[in-house]
Amino acid sequence: MIEIKNITKTFGAFTAVDNISFTVEEGETVVFLGSSGSGKTTLLKMINRLLEPDSGEILIDGHRIVDQRAEDLRRKMGYVFQNTGLFPHYTIGENIATVPRLLRWDRQRIEQRTTTLLEKLQLSPAQYLAAYPRELSGGQQQRVGIARALAADPPILLMDEPFGALDPITRSNVRKDFKELDELRSKTIVLVTHDIQEAFELADRILLMDKGRIVQQGTPDELLFKPGSDYVRQFLQEQRFQLEAERIAPGDYPALIRAFDHFKTRES
Amino acid sequence: MEQHESLWLFMQQQSGKLLQQTIQHIGLTFISLSIAILIGLPLGIYITRNRRLAGIVLGVAGILQTIPSIALLGFMIPILGIGPIPAITALFLYALLPVIRNTYEGINGVDAGVREAAIAMGMTPFQRLVRVELVLAFPVIMAGIRTATVINVGVGTLAAYIAAGGLGEFIFGGIALNNTNMILAGAIPAALLAIVLDFLLSLVQHTGGRGRRRAIALLPVALLVFSSFYVLPVGGGSRLLAGFTPEFMGRRDGDIGLRAEYGLHIRTVVISDAVMYKAIYNHKLDVISGYSTDGRLKAYDLIVLNDDKKIFPPYYAAPVIRKEVLTKYPELGPVLNKLAGKINDSLMTLLNYKAEYEGQSPEQIARDFLTGQGLYHVPGTGDKGTVVLGSKIFPEQYILTDMYAMLIRGYTDLKVESKTGLGGTKICFEALTHGQIDMYPEYTGTALLAILQPSPDVAARLAANRDSVYNYVSQRFDREYGLTWLEPIGFNNAYALMMRRSQARQLGILSISDLVNYLKKER
Repeated sequence: MIEIKNITKTFGAFTAVDNISFTVEEGETVVFLGSSGSGKTTLLKMINRLLEPDSGEILIDGHRIVDQRAEDLRRKMGYVFQNTGLFPHYTIGENIATVPRLLRWDRQRIEQRTTTLLEKLQLSPAQYLAAYPRELSGGQQQRVGIARALAADPPILLMDEPFGALDPITRSNVRKDFKELDELRSKTIVLVTHDIQEAFELADRILLMDKGRIVQQGTPDELLFKPGSDYVRQFLQEQRFQLEAERIAPGDYPALIRAFDHFKTRES
Repeated sequence: MEQHESLWLFMQQQSGKLLQQTIQHIGLTFISLSIAILIGLPLGIYITRNRRLAGIVLGVAGILQTIPSIALLGFMIPILGIGPIPAITALFLYALLPVIRNTYEGINGVDAGVREAAIAMGMTPFQRLVRVELVLAFPVIMAGIRTATVINVGVGTLAAYIAAGGLGEFIFGGIALNNTNMILAGAIPAALLAIVLDFLLSLVQHTGGRGRRRAIALLPVALLVFSSFYVLPVGGGSRLLAGFTPEFMGRRDGDIGLRAEYGLHIRTVVISDAVMYKAIYNHKLDVISGYSTDGRLKAYDLIVLNDDKKIFPPYYAAPVIRKEVLTKYPELGPVLNKLAGKINDSLMTLLNYKAEYEGQSPEQIARDFLTGQGLYHVPGTGDKGTVVLGSKIFPEQYILTDMYAMLIRGYTDLKVESKTGLGGTKICFEALTHGQIDMYPEYTGTALLAILQPSPDVAARLAANRDSVYNYVSQRFDREYGLTWLEPIGFNNAYALMMRRSQARQLGILSISDLVNYLKKER
């Protein structure tokens, strides 16, 4: 469980995160959704102390994160970057083994783990274990980035626009495989994105952010059907038809037509 | 018969010395490079963490870089003396900037995303530095080390000026003797060394993956091994240390003759004569090459070792003048000969002593002497024409040139122009044969061995007798170069080996043969 209490972070005169509080339950997937500059990445980075808040505190399982060594804290959280952040001088195997090695796992256990993870992420170990990141496609690199974050089986996974740099087809493929990972079942996941589609697809709960504040938080359905303000409605507008359509049972044509009419009147 | 050795022959003959110099050169380069890395690398890392210091550190290192190398060595001598320590210090200072700057730039150039990933994975700052930043910055850091290496190989040649050895010994010996083969025997290996080391380091620089990590592990070992070259005892390990000038090293009536005729094998450093006398006086050296009329002989209580096998021919000084000048101004001959036979060895030593030790100006010494001899005259009108006098760069030549200038001005109406400081023998001689100067004082032995270079048996036959050398050189100069030798001044400024009087007495060494025997016994 991650508890965020009254967190504020400023960069000079700019307030990136403005007195935010919320809780992420264990096993829950929470998505920070917002346009760029909304403070969502800043918020994420404060959870593993890549950034330190100006005020407020963060607790994990009841313990203040500032009370432990930052390195130890980070080794218990997977982190996936938008631009992979893979180490170019490490092989794929070594990249995935980064955290286990920091935790001084024995060699055999590391080997077993990296092989298993590669298989789960649809990458042939024989082909890729000894390869270097530059020899892989963008989608493959991002799969390795996810494998690296999961390597030490951390209870928490932080993801910063993990599929943002991929082309649409690769993105949906990687996302599909990601969703199906059994590894993720018990994990607490915090994911940052500006992609509404992605947020609705992955989130148990969405925090819609704007100008460093939470505009609305709730399940995807709550945001879609009970928008708390014009901003929320506006923000989801473009994707509304698609989002609603996805929520309609196959074959329920009257509902589909209602949704389309609804969409058209909004447009005009 | 002039004997031209080919470069290859020269390098073969000198292969032992060449190898020793090359090894010393590698050692010098790498010791200073290792120190530069030992200090520059941590400093470069530190300033990536402390940006405010970066400007200051890089600025200071940059300023050090701009000091001309000769000047830097010059600054070192009063502080650190002669030998390896000032040389290594100077080279280290030159190697510092490229190492610091490239470490700084290399680490700063590591992709911010990769650095952030390393932090987010839970690496400590040290793990991040060692496992990620240094490995990724490695090509840039290596580029700096390559630059530093090439700089050190180049500047390292100057180490020969202060008795630190290296390939500069041949280069500066060759320049002093105008011996192209000798210059090339030092310059070509130095250039090759720079190219080869640069190439080898470029191979290291461009390793990737596992090879790079192995290279990083091996690099310190390689640096240590190469550095140790300098420490390894090379050549004969005699207890006495000789210091010879670059010119002496390359002359047949010098180191070559000492080895060939006497079988003298002594640990030798090459040193410029500006610091040589001081060094033997301070017990830094035990044997030096010098001139028998040098004033410092008296000042530092040195003795001249008896040349019992006569490898140093007589060096009687006399003015050498172009024949056409003498024809144009016939009054010059008698005027210049007024000095003939006037100065003997001890008198010349005294005059040199006044210049070198008492700091009198050569002009003052010349005037006092001529006045004392009743030879000084008030200058004439100086409207008849101009005579250009030349001299090599040491006080004795300045004094003689000033005397001749005063005599010419006093006894003729000619104008005198002086071109003093023409470096070594060959530069003066070339200036004379090309008409850039009209006359300069030369020594018979030097003319014989450094200019005419007859076959060894001819030289040996002539060497014993003062007149035969004079007659031989004046005949050949007249015939081959159109130059006239006027009458000798009287003194014999021979090349000589010198030791401190106290040490020579203690070891019972009076002659060069005694020295050779002492060294044999010691081994």
